[in-house]
Amino acid sequence: MPAYPVKIQPPSDDKRWGLVMATMKRHGYQSNAVIETLHTVQESFGFLEDDSLRFVSKALNVPLSKVYGVATFYHFFTLKPQGKHTCVVCMGTACYVKGAGEIMEAISQKYHVHPGETTENGNLSLVTARCIGACGLAPAGVFDGEVSGKLTPADTLTKLAKWE
Amino acid sequence: MPVNGQIKIVTLKVNGKDVSARADQTILQVCRENEVFIPTLCHLEGLSNIGACRLCMVEVAGQKKLLPACTTTVNEGMEITTTTDRLGHYRRMILELIFSERNHTCSVCVSNNYCELQFLSQKLGIDHIRVPYRFPKFNVDASHPYFVLDHNRCILCTRCVRVCDEIEGAHVWDVSGRGIQARVITELNQPWGSAETCTQCGKCVNVCPVGALSDKGRSVAENKKRSEFLPYLTQRRREKI
Repeated sequence: MPAYPVKIQPPSDDKRWGLVMATMKRHGYQSNAVIETLHTVQESFGFLEDDSLRFVSKALNVPLSKVYGVATFYHFFTLKPQGKHTCVVCMGTACYVKGAGEIMEAISQKYHVHPGETTENGNLSLVTARCIGACGLAPAGVFDGEVSGKLTPADTLTKLAKWE
Repeated sequence: MPVNGQIKIVTLKVNGKDVSARADQTILQVCRENEVFIPTLCHLEGLSNIGACRLCMVEVAGQKKLLPACTTTVNEGMEITTTTDRLGHYRRMILELIFSERNHTCSVCVSNNYCELQFLSQKLGIDHIRVPYRFPKFNVDASHPYFVLDHNRCILCTRCVRVCDEIEGAHVWDVSGRGIQARVITELNQPWGSAETCTQCGKCVNVCPVGALSDKGRSVAENKKRSEFLPYLTQRRREKI
């Protein structure tokens, strides 16, 4: 056994791993930096690949199943590549009462995606949120980072049609 | 356990009866020592307590809210009641919700007659369920050479997670997802047989209160578990330190 743990090498020579390594270094490779590190992986790569999870698990000395548990517990993390565009539909109480369910239904039917999935052509990811804090605008959605309120199923589909 | 050998003793009342206990004991430990029955599912002697199943809730005089017996330590003068109508109502409700969440079919279950969920349901007089069953679809993972994982029977007590982490030290198991999507998983949510960190020790199988984990090749009502090994192991390890 070496006196110091062997430095774990990233799974590829992709430059983005540098960012991930920097985050881990900033936290002194502490095992409590899992969430912080996964944040960086997700921001740099767009999603969490199996290899990324394995790397984080090894580098921070955290069991693999624990890293997977963390990655699936938080809605922010996604294990699949995201589409070109992202549509978040708020399913918070206020939005739900105001008809978020119907909006979701309309999108699912037209694009054949369930919440958390991406269309087959990789163009659209449909995501739900518990509450985006815009209850006054219920039902609300976020289209590529832009919040829209008082949506109806019809104008949601119009917005999405612009991305096609 | 106090280091200097000074053990503080407290006296308290359990169901109106005076008992004495060490100050570092939990309500559950004291009740079990005094042969007072408290139902539990996630608790297991030798593992850490997480207070997740909420079956061990008790009433303490002067406190409006119920307290979990497995994680609450005793205090001087505490007055504990372990069976009331209110507690019975909640306990039955918890078990009913557990039954509705997955497919617990005792008659074809490998753990029939050896199941803690079944035992508690009989004891608490559950003959029907007031909420609709969800009938979720789950796969059975029989990829491991010696053991089988059946999510249909799992109650998410996380005993397997804790025994693997705390006693075996492998931490093969964990819980993925949240809420109704929560499931126990091995490593990267991969087939159990392909989990490299699994030492095939079978501790998880023996602590599982239901039929979610079983030895391969066992049929209906054959899943007898070894219950003595865990207190024994904890004792042995304690002496090593």
